[in-house]
Amino acid sequence: MSAGVGVDLENLWIRFGDFVAVRDANVNINGGDFFSFLGPSGCGKTTILRAVSGFLEPSDGRVLIGGNNMKGIGPNKRPTALIFQNLALFPLMKIWENITFSMEIRGASAKERRKRADELLDMIALPGQGDKLPSELSGGQRQRVAIARALCAEPDVLLLDEPLSALDLKLRQHMRTELREIQQRVGITFIYITHDQGEALTMSDNIAVMKAGVIDQIADGKTIYNDPSTAFAASFVGENNVFRGKVKRVMGNEALIETNRSGDLVARISSANQGRMKEGEDAMMFIRPEAFTLAPEGASGDHFVTAKVNHEEFEGNAFNIFMEGEGGKELKVSIPNLGQSFEDHTGQNITLEYETNNAVCVPAGELAAE
Amino acid sequence: MKNFSFMRLSLWFYLAIFFAYLLGPLVIMSVTAFNSPGFPRMTPWECLTFEWFGALFSDERILNGIWNSILVGFGTVILSVSMGLAGALMLTQIWPKLRATYYTVIIAPILIPGVVLGISTLVFWDRINRMLGLGADSFLSNGLFLTIIGQSTFIASYCMLVLVARLQRYDIALTEAALDLGATHAQAFRKVLLPFMKPAIASAAVLAFLASFENYNTTTFTFGEYPTLTIELAQKVRYGITPAISALAFIIVVLTVFAALANEANLRRKELVAKARKEATVEELSSGRIRMPGFLSSNWAAVALVVVACATVVVVGTATVYSPQQCIADVQEQKRLETEERINELRRQRDLRRQQQQEAEQGNAAEPNQSQPTGNNSGFGNVFAPSALSGEEEEASEAEEAPSGNNSGFGNVFDPGSLNSGQDN
Ligand SMILES: Nc1ncnc2c1ncn2[C@@H]1O[C@H](COP(=O)(O)OP(=O)(O)OP(=O)(O)O)[C@@H](O)[C@H]1O
Ligand SMILES: [Mg+2]
Repeated sequence: MSAGVGVDLENLWIRFGDFVAVRDANVNINGGDFFSFLGPSGCGKTTILRAVSGFLEPSDGRVLIGGNNMKGIGPNKRPTALIFQNLALFPLMKIWENITFSMEIRGASAKERRKRADELLDMIALPGQGDKLPSELSGGQRQRVAIARALCAEPDVLLLDEPLSALDLKLRQHMRTELREIQQRVGITFIYITHDQGEALTMSDNIAVMKAGVIDQIADGKTIYNDPSTAFAASFVGENNVFRGKVKRVMGNEALIETNRSGDLVARISSANQGRMKEGEDAMMFIRPEAFTLAPEGASGDHFVTAKVNHEEFEGNAFNIFMEGEGGKELKVSIPNLGQSFEDHTGQNITLEYETNNAVCVPAGELAAE
Repeated sequence: MKNFSFMRLSLWFYLAIFFAYLLGPLVIMSVTAFNSPGFPRMTPWECLTFEWFGALFSDERILNGIWNSILVGFGTVILSVSMGLAGALMLTQIWPKLRATYYTVIIAPILIPGVVLGISTLVFWDRINRMLGLGADSFLSNGLFLTIIGQSTFIASYCMLVLVARLQRYDIALTEAALDLGATHAQAFRKVLLPFMKPAIASAAVLAFLASFENYNTTTFTFGEYPTLTIELAQKVRYGITPAISALAFIIVVLTVFAALANEANLRRKELVAKARKEATVEELSSGRIRMPGFLSSNWAAVALVVVACATVVVVGTATVYSPQQCIADVQEQKRLETEERINELRRQRDLRRQQQQEAEQGNAAEPNQSQPTGNNSGFGNVFAPSALSGEEEEASEAEEAPSGNNSGFGNVFDPGSLNSGQDN
């Protein structure tokens, strides 16, 4: 589906003085995609978005929208609309004036504007609220007005800068589905910025994981979750247990890792790193908490982990077991609650089993901060 | 408990003193505008009169001064507010490291004495005028131009302070949002930033106008052919002060009260409207049938405004039909009697003393009562009416001297006919 207008970043560098905010980013965003940039606070997500919308000139490299180089084209001439991190609704204008500001600029009559505003208000489920002021709306309603205002400009690319971060959890989850629906209805390219991996995974066609100005991996959500290409991506997206060690042996697309604490364990080499992991090099292995099952006591082998249980908790849908792990970090195991009986293991050693396919190894690298 | 009530008492006492100090002079001055004596005074109360207002409005120079002040005021408002706005915007745009220095530089005119600004404005523009080879009657040496320019040098800084305070609460993302939606920089400025700044621009304009209106020490060097009200007043006071000036003060006080109440009433109304909007349903809002609060409902400022307006109308109405002539005549008559009595009394005392002197045979003593009247008045030029000092002897001697042209010091500010010379005292 390439109906919409795509966006390409080619060797994009952005520097503030000596500080490099974005380092050599290469991204191809297909037209009509819902594309997310996911990364921790301060990694340069907003900076990329500002370069796409035209508020920042790249220090190096190019921004292409629909194949056209955007160099020297101001934000008011680009086919993009930005939804700001703090929404930036005009506080002194009524809602309908806010929504149709772009039409006012183009010289549309008040009657036309009113009509279009009513259509958009219906679309965002706020019918008849056009005469209020932004301060008279709730946070979620304001959010939707900001979306309507951006859509009213009929952009080819809609840029959203953490638009849900100010909302409470319930509303955030509701808005996720709503945003996705809107995107599918209007069919334009959405570039979405977030530090919330849940948001990125649920809404996006493709995700770019960023770390301190560098893009680590670009893929769809399932790939990023199951087949991370770096230690950072593996530890940032979703919960993960890390095992450090060295590559002992490479067997096709599997590797035997000599871990520091748990003996030799076997893992799948993530697809981006196949053929690149050499014996004797430092490696990291990741296994998700839900990938473990309890094994009979004393079982041993290259897909069994034994450790002492620190404490346990019951979370409703799962039992969580916290065991002694590496470097002061606990090893977390989630056993789904299917109504089975579950005895307390605190203080005991227990043995866990995993399937090789559910363990992934990558070259050693920086982990995401907790 | 006792201690507490003492604290409260002293607090009230303090407040009373504070307000007396603040408002006392204004109140007294306002009262003197309605008292008939030719020197502004509150006691003794003689006759209620409105003639000083008449005198004020028939004084060409004062009227001309007011007109000039208004011209200068408007010019200064336009120039200072636009310069202040530019300065404030610049402050937000400038390179952060330079910001503190820039701020100091742009605030400096407030700290420089107005006299210096006045002289330097004069010198500077005179130089430019000469450099351009223009004559003494060129636009650049025009009093109106120079006064506006001179006052704006520091009033623009005041305006900038007011505007910066508002600008600091402006989210630059709003301008970016406008640009992003296709607006040009000019459109973003006009449609987003300017409306946001409007309240501050209004305050800055009022501030600039008042600062310009009351300015004396810069203007005194630059006014040229356009003496403003303050200049005219200062020149007038040199020759003596009359209640016509109190009348002017009273008018200014009333206008100020009006403006303050109107502003307050307006603010309150906005609050009430906002509340009504909040409580209104969507249908009411969109159909425009929302019930807005009445102008007077639960708005004390609006009520006070109406009351003051009514009072003004009544006073002006009274003033047009009221004539204090009878009262003034009565007071004159009474005074004449009192004065005569006092003169007689003095004569009697003098005779008595002379008798005593003769009896004691000390004929060389000087006559203090006769030497004083001639020497007393001239030195003060009537600015300080000697009667205010109300020494018994002086008053008497003043009365003796009065018929011989006491009024002359006031010029022809008011019609001498309505004021009998003896009544002045
Ligand atoms: N105008 C600027 N001048 C200097 N440094 C800047 C500027 N704008 C951003 N930076 C730096 O660039 C880095 C990336 O900033 P950016 O705003 O893109 O972060 P972000 O990923 O959007 O973070 P967040 O999730 O907190 O919004 C930060 O370290 C920031 O300090
Ligand atoms: Mg950001």
